[in-house]
Amino acid sequence: MAAAPASAAGRAPVSAPIPARVWVAYAGLALLLALLPWLVGGVLGLGNAWLRTLNFAVLYVMLALGLNIVVGFAGLLDLGYIAFYAVGAYMYALLASPHFGLHLPAWAILPAGAALAGLFGVILGAPTLRLRGDYLAIVTLGFGEIVRIFLNNLNAPVNITNGPQGVSGIDPLAFFGVSLAKPVVVAGITLLPLAATYYVFLLLALGVVFVTLRLENSRIGRAWVAIREDEVAAKACGIDTRNIKLLAFAMGASFGGVAGGLFAGFQAFVSPESFSLMESVMVLCMVVLGGMGHIPGVILGAVLLSLLPEAFRYAAVPVQKYLFGHVVVDPESLRMLLFGLALILVMLYRPAGLWPSPLRKRELKRSGP
Amino acid sequence: MDIFIQQIINGLVLGSIYALVALGYTMVYGILGLINFAHGEVVMLGALTAYSTITGLLGLGVPLPLAALAGLAVAALLCMAVGYTVERIAYRPLRGAPRLAPLITAIGVSIVLQNGAMMVWGRNYHAFPNLVPERQYDVFGATITLLQVLTVLLAALTMAGLMLLVLRTKLGRAMRATAENPAIAQLMGVDVNRIVSLTFVLGSALAALAGLMVSANYSIAHYYMGFILGLKAFTAAVLGGIGNLAGAMVGGILLGLIESLGAGYIGDLTGGFFGSNYQDVFAFFVLIAVLVFRPSGLVGEKVAERA
Repeated sequence: MAAAPASAAGRAPVSAPIPARVWVAYAGLALLLALLPWLVGGVLGLGNAWLRTLNFAVLYVMLALGLNIVVGFAGLLDLGYIAFYAVGAYMYALLASPHFGLHLPAWAILPAGAALAGLFGVILGAPTLRLRGDYLAIVTLGFGEIVRIFLNNLNAPVNITNGPQGVSGIDPLAFFGVSLAKPVVVAGITLLPLAATYYVFLLLALGVVFVTLRLENSRIGRAWVAIREDEVAAKACGIDTRNIKLLAFAMGASFGGVAGGLFAGFQAFVSPESFSLMESVMVLCMVVLGGMGHIPGVILGAVLLSLLPEAFRYAAVPVQKYLFGHVVVDPESLRMLLFGLALILVMLYRPAGLWPSPLRKRELKRSGP
Repeated sequence: MDIFIQQIINGLVLGSIYALVALGYTMVYGILGLINFAHGEVVMLGALTAYSTITGLLGLGVPLPLAALAGLAVAALLCMAVGYTVERIAYRPLRGAPRLAPLITAIGVSIVLQNGAMMVWGRNYHAFPNLVPERQYDVFGATITLLQVLTVLLAALTMAGLMLLVLRTKLGRAMRATAENPAIAQLMGVDVNRIVSLTFVLGSALAALAGLMVSANYSIAHYYMGFILGLKAFTAAVLGGIGNLAGAMVGGILLGLIESLGAGYIGDLTGGFFGSNYQDVFAFFVLIAVLVFRPSGLVGEKVAERA
């Protein structure tokens, strides 16, 4: 089922007219996305916890798309991606909270956070340009850990990050004087804070999707893919591999920075705990599980992996009560166990991801027996 | 001066444990080119199994040395079984799949093992019993415990045994041939699948021993202990040159020394600005520096880049 639209997209060249049924599908999708908060909150009656989960899913879509630039397009395995998310989040937390007494507006911090994260991306990228594959993975992993450890310990002798306690009381996101912490009235409809946040996140995520889609088919995007496939050949074709790779790191990182800023504003609290290696791994799983380098696949992976553990969380207790009459195992560990099993099973049966890019599929077919 | 020697001793103990775990990573990497992310969890399983066996037997009145040996044996057997199963289920079907696919299953296995262990042993820290009488020796003004001496000795003996196995036996030759080129090794009559299984089993047995050592030295066993330990050991393997057995040992010892010396002196060096809580940063900084200036590791030969 998932493969059908992918092959359709693969066959259609960029300039070919888009068939009507695709437009209908897009319209349906847009309608679904627009009505989702009502569906979740009202029709399905799932309540605010799921709306929060939904918002996080959208954040993860942004993160996964950012990492997809580095891992999926440029083929650079990055295991410390969450560090950029952390940079963005702490940027927001420090500039808009009582911690330093600064309360800068979100529209100023978010781009600055993106820029700073991009700078960190270059700082990480520059010394690692010569490394490939697993060595790059371990260096990026070390980088991610270093950032986290610094966040954890920079509370003494000068208190910058407030250490393991984290920064709390962060200003809520506000755009054009409208705070997302209070109900927002748009055209006579009152949006609750979570729903309003959802729309803002969705808009930004759509922006990220648009940018990555345009990047993919651009000169730069093709240069990334060329480097991924064969760096030496790419260099021989006149691609400035050094700058293009740095650009991949910087762009991927800046998306992470924006998502981090949104996270801080949404959560009103950041602590180093949110930026552990496990989070980097999670985002990488989203990219790989969905289908590396294929934007719809990555979105699917991000949505699935952010919803799945929550679904397990809610299912764990009732299912056990139904089966055994009482709770046998700790639901928290059960849900992670099931999640791990799901990762293994998906990779065993679909090693190229749930929704791999048509290009990749063609390659696999050709090189197969 | 005595602090210096004390840190060297601590570093050697820590380093020999890292080295044992790093060997598991490096053997698998040398043969399959795969980062076995779940290896740290096998160490954790070894420690917790040993804990349960030893406390159980002690409760039955079994003498301590016997209980310790039984604990090691049970832990090693269980870890070997887990290592074998993991390879069969999660890695073997994916040979020849896109390179990141086995990495994801490895992460999945790691999550499963960790949470499985949490279900069995709970979230609490378990106080590991003392396996060796508490005896201390003075060395140049520093103290070394009997447990530390035994740890380093046992690790050294195990590693020597492994080197003998790999360099002197038929099995070892088959392993080296498989690492060199699996397809050609197969043509020469090596049962590659069996060698891969054996590599995992061997690495897991080392992990069990390392798990016992960590818990005995730090008196603690916990379901989450495998993660950071595995990370450090992998770092050690890369530091020495991954895929290279001697490299893993050198890298492990070196990382242990760097960590304990770094943690001991960083406060003095930076005028108290950075404390010993930056121990992990130190290790990773050294790792990055080594990789940037000598990407094939300290001992590793120049290898063609693996994409």
